[in-house]
Amino acid sequence: MAEAAGFGEDDCYRIGMSVREGVINAFHYGNQERPEKKIHLVVDLTADKMIIHVLDEGTGFKLSEVPDPLAEENLLSTSGRGIFLMRAFMDEFDVVPGKTGGAEIVMSKKLPAPGSSPPNGDGGKSAAPHHGA
Amino acid sequence: MATVEKAPRRTTEHKGIKMALHATHRDAGTVTVVDLSGRITLGDGSALLRKTIRGLLDDQRTQILLNLADVDYIDSSGIGELVSAFMGVKNRNGNLKLLHLTKKVRDLLQITKLFTVFDVYTDEGTAIRSFD
Repeated sequence: MAEAAGFGEDDCYRIGMSVREGVINAFHYGNQERPEKKIHLVVDLTADKMIIHVLDEGTGFKLSEVPDPLAEENLLSTSGRGIFLMRAFMDEFDVVPGKTGGAEIVMSKKLPAPGSSPPNGDGGKSAAPHHGA
Repeated sequence: MATVEKAPRRTTEHKGIKMALHATHRDAGTVTVVDLSGRITLGDGSALLRKTIRGLLDDQRTQILLNLADVDYIDSSGIGELVSAFMGVKNRNGNLKLLHLTKKVRDLLQITKLFTVFDVYTDEGTAIRSFD
């Protein structure tokens, strides 16, 4: 879907990784791995960006309460990097209360300018992702 | 350059079950080189890496070099598994080092600040000698 929208290979990788991390986060932390609970994944393609929503059926969480994996005390933690990777790989990232009471991850990436991003190239950008807020 | 005798490769993958990650290991003196290929992700990939490291530690192989040349994808769970492996080996007074990172994996370790935690090498001979 990202490739069809015009994103280059590296951005497709970043978007794919973010969706994967978002769904895993929703399944593991949100829905507590309960199979009867659903994960809602919505992709909006607007004129200038791709917006991805991942909604779980958990109890929600505050982004400000998520431990920073780059903090000295968390650097060797064996978990807790999913949110960080989504923030790093996407242009915009937020977590809002979902309609079902769970958490809704909303993240987006700007569409490449026409002709600026080859379908299988790096789009003229470094593969090293930028850091989000 | 030191000459390293390479033992026959031994696979730790379950026969007949296609897994996202494939792991074989070989001995180079006191060092065990683990050649990984595929994806280290939540599920089978992370589990196989964990099982491989545990097996080596059970065999008293505590000097481990992970060859990631053919690992094209690692997610946050895979990163956690690498850290877990690193800590597990360290707790046994051993060393776990990384060899031949792909660009994507190197970028991941850099943004998570783990690039400075692991000893990373681009040459196998140099990496093996570093355990001396």
